[in-house]
Amino acid sequence: MALIEQSAASTARAVNARQLSAREVTQATLQRVDVADVRLGAYLTRLDDLALETAARVDERIAAGEQLPLAGVPLAVKDNMCLLQTRTTCGSKILGDWIAPYTATAVQRMLDAGAIPIGKANLDEFAMGSSCENSALGVTRNPFDLQRVPGGSSGGSAAAVASFQAAIGLGSDTGGSIREPGAFCGVIGFKPTYGRVSRYGLIAFASSLDQIGPLARSVEDAALAYDAIAGWDPMDSTSVQRPLEPSANALREDLRGTRIGIVKEFATEKLGADSDALYKRAYAELERLGATLVEVSLPTADYGLATYYLIAPAECSSNLARFDGVRYGLRVEGADVGEMYEATRAAGFGPEVKRRILIGTYALSSGYYDAYYVQAQKARTLIAGDFERAFERCDLIACPAASSPAFTFNAKSDPYSMYMMDYYTIPMSLAGLPALSLPCGTVEIEGAANPLPMGLQLCAPLFCERALLGAAHAYEHATRHASSHKLALELQE
Amino acid sequence: MPSTHINIRYVAKLARIALTDEEVERFGRELGDLLGHVNAISELDTASIPATAQVVKSRNVEREDTIGPCLDRAASLAMAPQAEGVYFRVPRIIAEES
Repeated sequence: MALIEQSAASTARAVNARQLSAREVTQATLQRVDVADVRLGAYLTRLDDLALETAARVDERIAAGEQLPLAGVPLAVKDNMCLLQTRTTCGSKILGDWIAPYTATAVQRMLDAGAIPIGKANLDEFAMGSSCENSALGVTRNPFDLQRVPGGSSGGSAAAVASFQAAIGLGSDTGGSIREPGAFCGVIGFKPTYGRVSRYGLIAFASSLDQIGPLARSVEDAALAYDAIAGWDPMDSTSVQRPLEPSANALREDLRGTRIGIVKEFATEKLGADSDALYKRAYAELERLGATLVEVSLPTADYGLATYYLIAPAECSSNLARFDGVRYGLRVEGADVGEMYEATRAAGFGPEVKRRILIGTYALSSGYYDAYYVQAQKARTLIAGDFERAFERCDLIACPAASSPAFTFNAKSDPYSMYMMDYYTIPMSLAGLPALSLPCGTVEIEGAANPLPMGLQLCAPLFCERALLGAAHAYEHATRHASSHKLALELQE
Repeated sequence: MPSTHINIRYVAKLARIALTDEEVERFGRELGDLLGHVNAISELDTASIPATAQVVKSRNVEREDTIGPCLDRAASLAMAPQAEGVYFRVPRIIAEES
């Protein structure tokens, strides 16, 4: 097996055993980026020099007797996370030339564990979008079909991992931004419980929802990365202080004794015959592995999209007020300071960011605050309550990860049709729950270059990441859908 | 529940974003459509429901008031569009006396 095809787990094992050097893995990965990324555009910034320097340090640490859980593992970092002395753009013209003066905690923990930063990956501007098309700085294509989007907002990280330009991608998920691109690119996309991973150094979009997590080609690799980045951080006061057990040793081979809830309101018939059949097969497979399927109800989940598109824009309008041309990023001069703000933000932000700032400003403005923002926060209570009641009857919930497979560029010109892509992921985000998407097969779409991957979403109660990853591993182990990555590799040869 | 008409120019003023006439028309239409969808939340009976700001319960987070490492001034100023000495430089914000 070529070096770049190896899992993070086997790469780390070989590097720790000194059968392989981090330098060799890094060089092979950079060569892969040379070939593949011209066509895919997963990375906004390549970090060749830093990658080779980091690899040399990892090899020195191993030579000195250290064992590192991610020794030599090539890493793609979504470009809304700071990395010292590297360009960090958020996919926005307003930060197009900004060099980060510090490193995000999650990124630092990956580096401490031995990972090698290959590049900063593309995203929808400020992580607002579901296709990567909202990036102001580059186009990322889906490795399974170059005429299709990779999903978003963590589309660059997902495409990089799927096309073997990294073994692990760091993404961020606010309403589905790890899980949906994971589904579109046929990889694992894992959003931990809100507060499990420090947000320090993640440029804020919606602070009560944002959460960093890994994208990987196997559940084991996602668990390894999660174990590296999770845990309390004094630099993020919303990160949680509670015991954390390694998840990499919780991976299971079967689902005996596990009750899995199938959501009555998420009937898959409306997704079309092929997708419906695929999800029914996935649920049957869970049952075959020993799980007991139970029907559960999330009666308020249908209001998730409306709730999310008030809360997230409200928080974004507040968070993005800091981009005013004073302390960092773009400045466009004006006659006075007010005009300078207005001209800077007009030139620096793209249409989707403006749209969300405007809707958020409106929802928070005098006269509308109670009807929109407060009502949405109350709806959030109801949605979280739905999940609490459902989890009295089951241990995990299974449902689709996205409303469709990857779509073609410019297919969703109406903003609301794009928002609908996250219909199945937003309720879990509002409830803060850990959830992941994992490959559950492919569907044939007329005109597509290849069968397109689909994602099964699994969701667990707050802080039950080990149960979630354990069950995901059992499903992956039994179905082997992850072998479709071979195709994403060959596509580029 | 409020209507689906937004005074976009007023909201843009609050948000400090200069909009072109074309953007005023476009965002007015698109955000009106979006409001048509989000207005659905008014159907929910929430009279006795508390608001959730974030789901993982946390109280005020405090720490000892001790000085720790932080970003140094030069690094903070390095990426500013304009800096002068130890300050961020901005357009005049106080009018001259006439």
